Formats: sequence, C-alpha cells, structure tokens
Amino acid sequence: MKHFRSVDEAGPEAIRRLLDLADHMAEVSRRPNPKVPALRGKAVCNLFFEDSTRTRLSFETAAKRLSADTMNFSVSSSSVNKGESLRDTIETIGAMGIDAFVIRHKSSGVPWQVAQWTGASVINAGDGWHAHPTQALLDCYTIRSTLNRTGSFDGLKIAIVGDIKHSRVARSDIRAFTMLGADVTLVAPRTLLPPEIDVPVVTELDEVIDKIDVIYLLRLQRERMTESLVPSLREYTARFGLTPERARVLPEHALIMHPGPMNRGVEMAVDPSELPGSVITQQVTNGIAVRMAVLFDLLGSGSDLEANE
Amino acid sequence: MTDGKQVLGSDEVRRAITRMAHEIMERNHGLDGVALIGIQRGGVWLAESLGAEIARVDREIPVGSIDASLYRDDIGIRPVSPGSVSEVNFEIDGAIVVLVDDVLYTGRTVKAALDAITDYGRPSAVQLAVLADRGHRELPIRPDFVGKNLPTSADEQVAATADGIVIS
Repeated sequence: MKHFRSVDEAGPEAIRRLLDLADHMAEVSRRPNPKVPALRGKAVCNLFFEDSTRTRLSFETAAKRLSADTMNFSVSSSSVNKGESLRDTIETIGAMGIDAFVIRHKSSGVPWQVAQWTGASVINAGDGWHAHPTQALLDCYTIRSTLNRTGSFDGLKIAIVGDIKHSRVARSDIRAFTMLGADVTLVAPRTLLPPEIDVPVVTELDEVIDKIDVIYLLRLQRERMTESLVPSLREYTARFGLTPERARVLPEHALIMHPGPMNRGVEMAVDPSELPGSVITQQVTNGIAVRMAVLFDLLGSGSDLEANE
Repeated sequence: MTDGKQVLGSDEVRRAITRMAHEIMERNHGLDGVALIGIQRGGVWLAESLGAEIARVDREIPVGSIDASLYRDDIGIRPVSPGSVSEVNFEIDGAIVVLVDDVLYTGRTVKAALDAITDYGRPSAVQLAVLADRGHRELPIRPDFVGKNLPTSADEQVAATADGIVIS
C-alpha cells in the first residue's frame, strides 16, 4: 500500500491486515522500552492545517516508537501565512526528503491532491467532512480487542449518535464497521443527517439504547447551534445525550466510545470514568498502535515490493 | 517445486531434541534463571518441544516467543510480515535466555532477535539452540546447541519441523 487515505480505498483486506499488525504494535507499546528500530532513517512530516492535539501527538508518538524522524508543520508559524500555496508548501517540504506526509485539512480530498505533488506516502489525518481513516481503524481495533472480536463484527450492533452530517469520523466509521460485518444504526435529528446514507436511521436514542453492543457518541460542534440545526443544547442532551438514566438502560456488556474532544454535559451527560463500559481512554492508547501499523505498512513492510515480484 | 530430500526423519528429530534438551540442562546446571524463547515463526514449536522435554526430565522453565520482524535489517528491501505477537511473560533482566530457531542460516534473524530481547531487559547470558545449522553465516554468530549440521548450497531451501528435516 502506498497511501492510506480512506477506508474504502484501503479495502477490507488491508483493514484486517492493519488491525492484525496493530496487535504487534500494541505489544511493543507495553514493553519497558516501547521502541523498535523498524523505520530508522525514514522521515514523517505532520502537516496539520487544522487544530488537533490528540491526532497529531498520536501520529508523532507512533512515528517515534518506530524510530522514524518526525517533523511538525503548523500553519500558524509557516509561510502559508505569507501566502504560499499548498502545492508549493508540499513541494518545498518534499524536497527535504520526506517519506510520508500525515495531513489534516479543512477541505475534503486534499490528501488525493497532495499525492499528485509528491512521491511520498500520504496519510489522511482528517479531510473536511470526508474521512478520518485512522480514527476508524482505532475504533475497530478498540472494539475488536475489548469484545474479543478478532474474526469479524458479524451481528454486532453499533449505534453512532449525534452530528453525522458534519462528521468525518462518522463517515469513516460507518464504512469500516460495516466492512467488518457490524450492523450500524445512525441516531440523529434530521437536521444533522447527511443526504447520502445507506444504513438504518432512527431519530430517538431511546429506540435502540437497550439493544446495542456499542454506543458511539459524536461531538456536538457548538457552532451547529448558531446555525440553528439544534434548537438548544438542553434539548439535544434530552434526546441524544448519554444521561445517567440512559446509562442504566444500556446493556451491561455495551461499550461507550467517543472520538474526543468531549462536551461534558452535552452528548456526554455522565462521567464516563464511572461507567465500566467506557473505553474512551483505550481509544486514545490504541490510536498509537494503529498509527504505528499504518506507518509500518506504508514505509516498512515492503508490501509494494511484493506486488512487483 | 521439486520434492525435497529428507535428511532426518521424525524419530531422529525427536532424538535430536532430547539430546539438545539434555545439553541445555548440562550446560546450565540447575536451570536457575533459564528461559527458552522461540523465534517466530519456525522456532516456536521447537522451544515448546525443548521446554516439554526439560520439564519431563527436570522441571518446568519459562517458554516464550519473540517476533523479530520489526528489528530486521532488510526492512524496506524485502517484504516483512510479522508472525504472531511476541510473548515474553517473564523477567528478562538477569535471565539466561536460550534463543531457539528451526534453521540457522545467515544469522541475520538471530541478530534481529538479539536486538529485540535487549528491549525487554538485560539477560545475564544468551545462548542459541537450532535444529539445523546449514552454514553460510553472514554475521559472527554461532550456535551453542545444534540438532544437525547440514552442508547446503545457497540456492537450496531447508525446512525443519517435528516431521523431519527436508532439503529442497
């Protein structure tokens, strides 16, 4: 594989391979010295045109645990402020000898455009509303390792709740979860649903909450209120938030997931650290392992070499 | 692919493992702090067999496995696909680690495994047990316990399993 830009582009075989590889990377991370020399001499550039703490740090940690060199590019301190175009930025950094770009951008499709301007691998760390494939990978890995679903997600019921429309996380998760065999239901007000959907939708969380294996809460972006897509935060919480009452109805084995950052008191109206099913911190830990798997698969596994033989 | 030439049968492999187990016990009198670590993938069954034989004659010692693919020196040159996840559930600091592999060839896998072990701790010593030594070393590595020395040419393949050793 040369790039990792979307779940669909990678396909089911690669998704499973990356999840298997993440087991190795998780084992590396548990060691006293959580570092392997696998990507010595490789350079990874984090190119974040949008704010991010966890994803950027997660990629940086992943690259370092594989002994790759990392460079961080943040727009606020760069020549982009002097009007340099994206293409010139990519070509300039590429000329410094980069093996992979990890890119986040507010516009959908940027990772594909960037790949035309560089010979390096491109990893999508979030493009607009479109895709966030490493998040989907870490979510799959978290479900698979905590529910012991190494083979497939057949019959697993997952509810994704909240602002589906503006969420690249939701789009990538829907693709990945269904690819592995899960039954995904979307729970959202009509105003926060995208026009294109091929999975079941309900508009009340209470309809499904007692019969799901995983509840995946999305962050409600507060600016959606000013766009009057949501009448009030209180009403949103009443219909779609995880409240103490709903937490009691949730099946005992069910996992509670959130991509972060959380709005406490809005979509998360309970303290997740008090819920035994909450795997939100595991999601963050697993993010490093799956990103190590992606970096190694693109830069070290030689899967391209195999294809040429 | 041509049918291989069987150089050792399953009975002979079993006897070789018994002998190697005894040599390991003899060399490390008392077996204090001794642990076996099989190199993924081919060394794992052999480490388990040696461990079972040592347990039968003397006592149980820890047996683990290690995947050294992330330490290989040919990453980016040849396709690398890790085997099963490493399992080292015992203290490496101060242990006498017997690394176990099926076939010893260039020595590069053993070198990678040595690097990997170091990341778990500092063993007091590392020894090497292999079922077949086929020569052609590219690094200064030599085995301590050998099931069978097998002169081969570089274009031959050697498979060493519980069913026997086959050159093809």
